[in-house]
Amino acid sequence: MLPDARQAWLDAQQAGWGDPARLHRPGRLAAQALDQAREAVAAAVGARSDEVVFTGSAAHANHAAVAGLALGRRRVGPRIVTTAIDHSSVLSAAVAAGSHAPVEVDHEGHVDLDRWAAAVRSTGTAAACIQVANHEVGTLQPYAEASQICQQAEVPLIVDATAALGRIEFGGISGWSVLTGWAGAFGGPASVGILVIKKGVRWRAPYPTDDYQGGRWPGMPDVPAIYAAAVALECWRQSGHSVGERQHDLIDRLRAGIAQRVPDVDVAGDPVRRVPHLLTFSVLYVDGETLTLELDKAGFAVASGSACSASSEHPSHVLAAMGALTHGNVRIGLTWPTTQAEIDRFLAVLPPIVADIRATVGVS
Amino acid sequence: MKCPRPIIEVARHIREVQVGAVLQLLADDPAAGPDLAAWCRMRGQTLVASDPPRFLVRREL
Repeated sequence: MLPDARQAWLDAQQAGWGDPARLHRPGRLAAQALDQAREAVAAAVGARSDEVVFTGSAAHANHAAVAGLALGRRRVGPRIVTTAIDHSSVLSAAVAAGSHAPVEVDHEGHVDLDRWAAAVRSTGTAAACIQVANHEVGTLQPYAEASQICQQAEVPLIVDATAALGRIEFGGISGWSVLTGWAGAFGGPASVGILVIKKGVRWRAPYPTDDYQGGRWPGMPDVPAIYAAAVALECWRQSGHSVGERQHDLIDRLRAGIAQRVPDVDVAGDPVRRVPHLLTFSVLYVDGETLTLELDKAGFAVASGSACSASSEHPSHVLAAMGALTHGNVRIGLTWPTTQAEIDRFLAVLPPIVADIRATVGVS
Repeated sequence: MKCPRPIIEVARHIREVQVGAVLQLLADDPAAGPDLAAWCRMRGQTLVASDPPRFLVRREL
């Protein structure tokens, strides 16, 4: 978590612990902090503050976005159009809605716009969902074109901004009906999901609600965590593009260095049109679990989309849909303070680790 | 046989068939399909059939 966000969290635990629905002083202070957080998120995504809802996680926000539009537009039909590489919480919510149309992507992860248009325009489409950027490979979707197709077809669009929020300029991301995000992806608390529902959108709560958050998400909000999330988002805004530009260059360095130093590596995603901080690559003949653990020993905490290192038996649906190698997979997400020295140390430790694992396998 | 074992076995045994001949792989690993397609792309071989658990690869070089 960003240091300023952690400090804000601690401060808000002191002053903003009250129930924001109550009239006592701690409640009023909490209500104020909640309002400030809504305003910060609204300003970041181009919405009104009363359109902002806080949930418990990205998965909750995505489930609510998909199920709420499916319910609000049930007379139109049950189909939810997504890309094949949306987050698993979007895909499972689309399946639960009754009819899921996943649209294919190319080798770098861009959605096929002709197929997207055909799926969106099919009768019975309740809603469509697209990511600003993919959470594993970082590729930016052709958002403007995809969004325009939805507007022309009068199909409400959910934009999953989880991997992009705080990381890139949001000026061009408009024309959506519902937006989702997650504070854990930009250095805020993992317990804060973001759900923004534009006024006039036919969204209905697909679960029982109460008086909190305008009847859009039930239960007393965790105001200190929400406040910390807003402070984290504000940190990115205030940094301008400086952190993003530095990270974009660091990932370029990593991308080139890995391809140069490790033979038979499949580096995934769009090398240019991407969020600044993510990189995914797969190492042929190496198993992801061993690679992840060896990198952990060397001091690098990386994720993996390989089946053997995941919580399920299946490899990453993102890598599989892109035609990328799924075994030996490593996913790197840079944090705010990541330095070039750390990148160079990674580039120094990776080749011998890979060579050692390959030597035990006996294939080159 | 779990990933990346099926791909390692294909890499070993492809040398045993002649160029133009087809190698059959039987693998119940869910990663075998996507990984075999990716391996063929990286190695210049051709995935002739992908019908899990049965896969056919033609040696091109």
